[in-house]
Formats: sequence, structure tokens, C-alpha cells
Amino acid sequence: MNIKPIAFLLIAATTLAVIACGGGGQKADSSASSAQEAPAATASSPSDYDPKRGEGKFDASNVTVGPLDQAMAAKGESIAATKCNSCHKMTEERLVGPGWKGVTTRNTPYWIMNFITNPDPMIEKDPKVQAQLELCLVRMPNQSLTDNDAREILEFMRKNDGAK
Amino acid sequence: MKLIQSTTIAAVLAATALFSCKPKNSGSAVSGDAAAKAYVAPGKYDEYYNFVSGGFSGQMSVYGLPSGRLLRVIPVFSVDPEKGWGYSEETKPMLNTSNGFVPWDDLHHTEMSQTNGEIDGKWVFANGNNTPRLARIDLKTFKTAEIIELPNSAGNHSSPFGTENSEYIVAGTRFSVPSDDENGDVPINSYKKNFKGHISFVSVAKETGEMKLAFQLKTPGVNFDLARAGKGKSHGWFFFSCYNTEQASTLLEVNASQKDKDFIMAVNWKKAEEYIKAGKGKKVKAKYAHNKWNESTHSATSKMEEEVLVLDVKELKDIVYFIPCPKSPHGCDVDPTGEYIVGSGKLAALIPVFSFDKIQKAIADKSYDGDYEGIPVIKYDAALYGEVKKPGLGPLHTEFDGKGNAYTSFFVSSEVVKWNIKDLTVVDRVPTYYSVGHLSIPGGNTKKPSPKYLVAYNKITKDRYLPTGPELAQSAQIYDISGDKMQLILDFPTIGEPHYAQSAPADVIRNNGQLKIYKIGENKHPYVTTGEANAKVVREGNKVHVYMSSIRSHFAPDNIEGVRVGDEVYFHVTNLEQDWDVPHGFAIKGADNAELLIMPGETTTLKWIPKKAGMYPMYCTDFCSALHQEMQGYVRVSPAGSNVPLSFSLGKPVPETK
Repeated sequence: MNIKPIAFLLIAATTLAVIACGGGGQKADSSASSAQEAPAATASSPSDYDPKRGEGKFDASNVTVGPLDQAMAAKGESIAATKCNSCHKMTEERLVGPGWKGVTTRNTPYWIMNFITNPDPMIEKDPKVQAQLELCLVRMPNQSLTDNDAREILEFMRKNDGAK
Repeated sequence: MKLIQSTTIAAVLAATALFSCKPKNSGSAVSGDAAAKAYVAPGKYDEYYNFVSGGFSGQMSVYGLPSGRLLRVIPVFSVDPEKGWGYSEETKPMLNTSNGFVPWDDLHHTEMSQTNGEIDGKWVFANGNNTPRLARIDLKTFKTAEIIELPNSAGNHSSPFGTENSEYIVAGTRFSVPSDDENGDVPINSYKKNFKGHISFVSVAKETGEMKLAFQLKTPGVNFDLARAGKGKSHGWFFFSCYNTEQASTLLEVNASQKDKDFIMAVNWKKAEEYIKAGKGKKVKAKYAHNKWNESTHSATSKMEEEVLVLDVKELKDIVYFIPCPKSPHGCDVDPTGEYIVGSGKLAALIPVFSFDKIQKAIADKSYDGDYEGIPVIKYDAALYGEVKKPGLGPLHTEFDGKGNAYTSFFVSSEVVKWNIKDLTVVDRVPTYYSVGHLSIPGGNTKKPSPKYLVAYNKITKDRYLPTGPELAQSAQIYDISGDKMQLILDFPTIGEPHYAQSAPADVIRNNGQLKIYKIGENKHPYVTTGEANAKVVREGNKVHVYMSSIRSHFAPDNIEGVRVGDEVYFHVTNLEQDWDVPHGFAIKGADNAELLIMPGETTTLKWIPKKAGMYPMYCTDFCSALHQEMQGYVRVSPAGSNVPLSFSLGKPVPETK
């Protein structure tokens, strides 16, 4: 692979919090197209970043939680088995990443859905995520979850945290 | 900043010119702004993808233009331990042939698929020259998706040239040989009687790209060299250069250069299709492998085909005509309008340009100079539009800029010559270093060239790069052809040996729906492990199947015991990552095999036969995270007949057994 995450990660952990990356570069050759893809993010600078909401598609207006939906939680469980549980246990124990117990009490539902669908920009900006990165030293991968996948996983996390 | 860098590079180049002592004063051919023209800043993309044959490496390389940066080497006909190509169980069938598993070939030419005479960015085709094969590379995955073997052929050199909608990709045999269904155990000097040429027309399915050997033309025994499809007005025709019309079988260097003229063979393939519809083709027994990659099972299958439809051009009139062409023609190139066919006799000192209209008229008027083994030979003057006089020595290949100019490479005089097609006059010439073979302009073989750069692929490297012992890097050179004068802007080394190449604007490829990951939910591999809960080890007799998953940064399982000497162990490794550019690797000590490189969401299998008892570490070979160096495990191998139970684990050791 081309990008060596460790170098990026260490730099990210120590300096990126202070110095924003990307954008603003000089155009060297107008005929050559840019390798920098536009970030999926909507927020443009750390000062705009809302640590309660995170960054991505979701906020209080489009994520609502009610009584536990068992069917949705079961779907979330099955997706998590393939895409998440290699690194996350259902207890509080850290494996590669933190255990999932209590995750829905520590974070808003839309923060969780933003982070699991849009991890890279949040790893660069979110104080809680950066603190976890210093512990785990592995960047949470983008597992290409659809919006539905994310909602179902959230429901599974809620069930794990005892939601009724 | 950019200006300073460019000036510095240019100054260095200029200084090199002052102090070097090269034939033709090669350094001074580079003028001041060359470096800036070839410079693509860090973080910027190139303007073109350049798909270059890897010659005797058997592979295809992909460079960016104008930077000359190597982007990828795609394994095609040769095994590639780096990517597990030909080593993993899934890829082995791709290299199957009627001669069994063939781990190498000689890839000469590339041909990009077209729609309406323009490059469409779907596939690129390649020929295997030694054990005759044709490959299709999928440009969404940059992976070899299909390989078909060609019966009745030997030396698939006249290939893989295609028509303007990729209806057919052709494959003409370089060596004529006895047909596969006949006894090949005949005296070599019975060439004239027993040796035949075969031209394969391989059809390409519009949506899937799947290839099928539609039919073969059986021709007199000669050597077929190169080919081009007609286009526009000449769509429906194909033109093949041929040499050794002397039908020599020994010392061809002398014996195949006796005649003043050999032929360009014009093929009316629409006529051939009519004969097939009328049931005139003959089904002939043949055995040839057809290997296909399946993107949902991540596996290849190899099927042995049993017969081929053959049209004998001696019996079926009006399919094939010969046009005399001076001195062992090599290149045979059709201009963007489809009217002009440029023949390049590699021993000639002129370039004949034939007219499609005149060829049609000559056929209508039966303006023939007798026949060659029953095939009409059109009178040279009746087909000729005109000759480019004294263009250089040893013309080989011609590409076009769509602005009325042709560019021809000259091997003997080591130069590229730009000439006007209508006037047949030389407009510009520029030296190459050294002995240019093919040249390539993006779209330069199509109806719509994109004439900004021309790349020359040279046969001799000599003093262009730092010396590396007897063998040197192969060499390509980029010329800016946007102005009236051609300008050399960059040398770049390539893997060996670059024959032909084609290029496409970067956007045509990068916006074609490039695959970034394999969706784990769509993985239909029979041994997939969808999640760690499904990781397991299963014994079936002496076969041990390890259903293994990988994610940053561990394998599941990573401790395995109960494998015995004499077992065949299959590691089916599924990469559970779903993010772009996060492959994992897998290797185990002592495997007489290679590594696996497993793309996100993919399952790949390594077969391992442990030969002695002991402890065998395994690890991830492709740096994946800060804890990559922790991504490892052990397999315990016990002697044959041992009672150590089969067990596996992750996170806690297997219970101890003696």
C-alpha cells in the first residue's frame, strides 16, 4: 500500500490538532488534475467542529432514537460481526479499539453514526477520538458502512448498553 | 518556487550536455523548458495513463505521462510472487494452457478497447507471443480478467489489434506451422506443403468484455507481423503485414529478405461474417484454454475448448487480398480517416502509403498481378496513394495526430519523422536515443488522437542512465508534439522490454468506476471468513483448511496446532478491511510458494505443504498500521501420525498438549 499510516498517525496525533492540513496549496500545473479529493467533510476548520455532533451527515434532525427496535439491532449485530468485532469487544475491554460497553452513554447517537461512517476527518479533529488514538495507536478504518448499516449498528450498541 | 526548480533541473540537464560525449550530441537535443513540461508536482496527477508492454517480463506496466512515473506493474502472462499471481490457488488457472501451467510469456503489444473509434477506458488487451495467448485486463481493477489461448498458432505477434468498437481483437500467427489437427511431426523442409498461417478473430462482448474465438482464417504459410483495423470508411477491413513470403524455414535473416516486396494482407472481415452466416465455416478440432477471472468468487476457472471455426481463404473468395509492400513490412498503420494505410518495410528507404479507395477500385477492376497461392495480388500502383521519399532508414511504426500528420519511427537511422499524409513530405525529424522501436501518441491509432505527447520506446539504452552492469534499464522518451516542432522533454526507464504502448487521458480511466474495495457482503468465495466468529480450522483427510481473517492488525486465528507432516494446508485469508488502499499480506516460513496480497474484502488462498515438524511463524507482509509488526502468529507442525489435536485460537493460547 502507498500510505503508511504510522507516520501519518504520529504526526496527526501530535501536530495536526494544531495545524490544519490540506487546501491552500499552490497550483503547480493548471493542466494536471489535482490528487486531493474534496474531503467528505462539511466543516472546514477545527473551530467549526462540534465535538458533540462530530462531522458527517448526521445530526439531531435526522437521527432519532426511541424504544429499542429488536429487528434493527439484530441486523446491526450481524454487520458488526463481519466489519467491527475483529477489533471491538462488547464489554468494556479494549482489544484493538475500545470496548463498546457504554459507548451510547458517552456519545450522542449522531456522533456515533458520523464517526463510524466518516472516521478519517474525525480522527483529525475530534478530541475524544484523538485521545483514543494515543491509547490504541491504530486508526479506526473506514469500513464502508451505508447509512442504514450505521443506524442498525447504533441500535445494536444501544441494546448492548441495555436500552429497552 | 516552481520556476526555480524547473530552472535548476534545466540547468543540470544543460550542464550534462556540456560534459558528456554521446553520439549525435544527444544532450543538446533537450532545450531549456523541457523539465517544466515533464514536471508533475507532488500531489498532482499525470494527464495520461500509459499502458506499456513489458516484453519478455510477460507483464504490462502503467506509467503516468508526462512525468514517466511508474504507477503499477500488472501481472499478465508471468507469475508475480509479489502479488501472488500464479502462486495463489485462485490465480493458478489463469496461466493454464493446452501445454499445462505456463508461468511466463513475452507480452508485445497493448490495445485499449474502443467505442466509436475512441478509447473508452474499459479494457486493455495484450498478446502473449510465445505460447500464443490473448489477455484482457479490466481497467476498473487493473487486473487480468481473462486469457484465451490461440490454437493453430505459434508466436502470436500480430496481435492484439482491434476494430473501432472492439468487435474483434485479432491474433495473427508469426510462425506458420502445421495445423493443430494435423500431424506436426513432419520434415521442417516441407514448409511449403505443410505449414499454414492462421489469423484469429476474437470477439469481445460489449458489456462484459468476455472474449470468444469467433473464427480463424487459414492462409498460406508466411510470417504475420503486425496489423491494424480499418476505421470509418474502411471499417469492416483489417490489414496485416506479412514477411517471409519466400517461405524459408532457416536463416530467415537472409532467406526471408530475398524478395523485393512482401505483402500487406487486406481482410474483408464483414465478408468472412457473411460466409459464416451462410454456414461455410468448418469446425475443426483444436484444444485451447480459456481462463476467466470471477470478481465475486475472487477465483479463476480454466476451461479447455474443443473446436474452432475455420475459413480457408483459398476456397472462400473475396475475403483476402495481398498488396505488395517493399522489404519485409513491419508496421501497417491506418490513419484516423481510414483512407490511408501506411506500410513500413523495415529494410526500406521509403514509406508506401496505400489508399483504401484505390484498393476497392483495384478489386472491382480486378487489377491484379497474378496470385499468391490462390490469393489475388493487387497491382502495387493500383493500390498506392504515394510514397514518402527518403524519410529515413528502416521505418517501423506510424501513429497519427489527427491533424493530417503521421509520425514514423526509424530503427536504423534512430529517429522519429513527422510527415504530412496528403503531401507525403517530411515536416520535422528528431533523433531518438537509441534505435527506436514502437512509438505511441495517446489515441494515435484511433479516429480521435489526443496529440500532446509522443513516446518513443527504444531498443538500446546505452549511455542514457547510470550503468548497472551488462544489463541496463529499458528506455522510453517523451516528446512534446503540441507545436510544429517535436521537442524531447524526458527520458524514463521502463521494465523490459517496452514494445508497443497505448495511452488514454487520465479522466477516461480514473472516472470509469474504479473499484476501491471488494464489498465483504458480496464476497462469494467458497472459503470466505465473514467476521472473526467464523474463523476456524477444518481437517478433511490430509487437507487442512484454515478459514482466516485479517484486519489491522491481527489474523484470526493466529495460533494453530495439530498440523502434521504430510498435510496440505490451505490458508484462505479474508481481508475484513473495507477501506481503500489497505491490503494485508500473508506469508509463512518455508512455503515453496509466494506471499499473498489480499485486497480489502477479498479472499485469497495460499497452499502450504510443511515438510518437517517444527514451529512455523506467519506474518503480514504489507505494512498496515502502527502495530503491523505485531501482526503475526504460529503454526505448530507435528510428525506424521502425531496425536496433537487440531486446535486454533486468537487472544488466548491453545491449551498445552505434549
